[in-house]
Amino acid sequence: MTLDVSNYPQLLTALLPELVLSAWALILLLVVAWRHGTARDLRLAGWLTLVALATAAGAAWWLWWQSAHAAGISTMIAVDDFRFVADWIFLGGALLTVLFSMRYLEREGLLAPEYYVLLVFATIGMMLMGGGEDLMVIFLGLELMSICLYALAGFNRRSPRAAEAGLKYFLLGAFASAFLLYGIALVYGATGTTNLSLIGVQVVSLELQHAPLLLLGVALLLIGFGFKVAAVPFHMWAPDVYDGSPTPVAGYMATAVKAAAFAALFRVVGEAFGPVGAWREIVAGLAITTMVAGNLIALAQRSLKRMLAYSSVAHAGYLLVAVATGVAAGSAAFVFYLVAYSLTTLAAFALLAAKGRGGESDVQIDDLAGLAAQRPWLAFALSVCMLSLLGFPGTAGFIGKWYILVAAMSTGQGWLAALLVLTSVVSAGYYLPVVMAMYMQPAVSTEAHAEVCLDGFGRVAMAVAVAGLLFFGVAPNRLLDLSKTSATVQRGAAAGAIAAPTFSPGH
Amino acid sequence: MLQPYLPFLILLAVAAGTAVMMIVLSHFAAPRRPTHAKAAPYESGMPPLGSARERFSIKFYLVAMLFILFDIETVFLIPWGTIFFTGAGTGGPAMGFLLIEMLVFLVILFVGYVYVWKRGALKWD
Repeated sequence: MTLDVSNYPQLLTALLPELVLSAWALILLLVVAWRHGTARDLRLAGWLTLVALATAAGAAWWLWWQSAHAAGISTMIAVDDFRFVADWIFLGGALLTVLFSMRYLEREGLLAPEYYVLLVFATIGMMLMGGGEDLMVIFLGLELMSICLYALAGFNRRSPRAAEAGLKYFLLGAFASAFLLYGIALVYGATGTTNLSLIGVQVVSLELQHAPLLLLGVALLLIGFGFKVAAVPFHMWAPDVYDGSPTPVAGYMATAVKAAAFAALFRVVGEAFGPVGAWREIVAGLAITTMVAGNLIALAQRSLKRMLAYSSVAHAGYLLVAVATGVAAGSAAFVFYLVAYSLTTLAAFALLAAKGRGGESDVQIDDLAGLAAQRPWLAFALSVCMLSLLGFPGTAGFIGKWYILVAAMSTGQGWLAALLVLTSVVSAGYYLPVVMAMYMQPAVSTEAHAEVCLDGFGRVAMAVAVAGLLFFGVAPNRLLDLSKTSATVQRGAAAGAIAAPTFSPGH
Repeated sequence: MLQPYLPFLILLAVAAGTAVMMIVLSHFAAPRRPTHAKAAPYESGMPPLGSARERFSIKFYLVAMLFILFDIETVFLIPWGTIFFTGAGTGGPAMGFLLIEMLVFLVILFVGYVYVWKRGALKWD
């Protein structure tokens, strides 16, 4: 199915997943306006959210199944497999978050169904961000996503730590948005367009590869994205924000939000700045500092939540390696790793949410002692997550890292690959103590893990996530094929074939 | 050369004239029965002198935020109106499309309005 996005009905078809989810978000908002306050209303909103996310995923699937693609240069929104697969990652992440949140919200007494509305709006923002073919659309999606998340981070109004998290995230996020917007302005000044493909064309036809204005714009864009993916040195907010946010939201921020920022980053550098070599060195440098600092700081953490926060920083470094290898080599590895990482981290945060006691979810690693004897399935699930984050063979995390390594080697960035392996070895120093505490240390008391609870939804979601991790670890081919076919963001590389646009750039 | 800007100049004069007239007229014509509250600089606002660290109700922020939202609606509606009544049909997008586009925007805004109303954000107490 070829969609001409300059034609309104076809543009609406191309936007179907976003439109479906937006309509659901408005319905949900109206439902919440009348039905709020009791736990039953909260459950109703949760169920509606699940339906909404499922129908949007169905719409994305339908477009994918029709193998929809844009005729000519797509304006505003991309129509390619990469967008649909990215949509599934965001929607799947949101779906798992909802399943894990249902019980958590009731237990913590957060009886505000607006939680789900914000989650849905944030997911719409992510879909626009990951699929945006224009810097303005990407920025719009980023703001929609971020503003919902600022509210979600401070959702527990009674907790001072949640207030700190919300305010910190808001201030630094606004700062990062300003960087991004300034970068967009400079890129527009240099090329005269905000369309990603046209930027790629203009860079080549006007020979802007070394133009200071464009390079400055690229650098500012990378800083903006660096904040959102929590790459070192722009990671300072991440641990504090994850610490204060409700744990399912922290999981959502560490996975779907990061995935959205990475998808947008990948599209921007791939389509618009393919001919500008400078971003590769910047991204490689960010990857090095992120891998080293993230892993080393994580070693020092005793709190499980902060450890997972720094672990997510470290994983942003691994994903940056995939970005640095470029579109042609890295995109399949990138998508695969994103799926594996999202499944693992969401499951790990959900287990943490199940362990946390009412209100105070400050779980230390030593608090897990003896979990295996009392709750063997939970301990097994958490072990699989930790091993997958570590990159242990037999889990999806291993295959993901393997393909990133292959991509890095094939583009001659062996030193990045070597550093990835070395820092992964370091990461064993904080992933394995969790497993050791659960299996090798005796429980403090027989009642130590009595309050650990995972409701029916959480159990199903957990089983799906862990089964997925093990399945993709042993039989990665289906997902890998999907990743490879989705890796068609290469239009920037073929930009020279497109006729140069008729307008003149503003100088 | 500046002919097209004449309406602006007239608008400016009318606006300034109205403002001056209101103040001058009320100064001379209005009955004056001052009380303590009426003599304060902001008659129904907060006292302008005092500690700057005073805490004030979050309701002020809420009202300010909602005001900005619906203010922006007007900001969008006016340029849209200009395009709709002069530009449609002359090479620009079709009139029906413009109408539907604005209706979608208004529906989204209306849903938000219904939400804040039902949730009691417009109630002061």
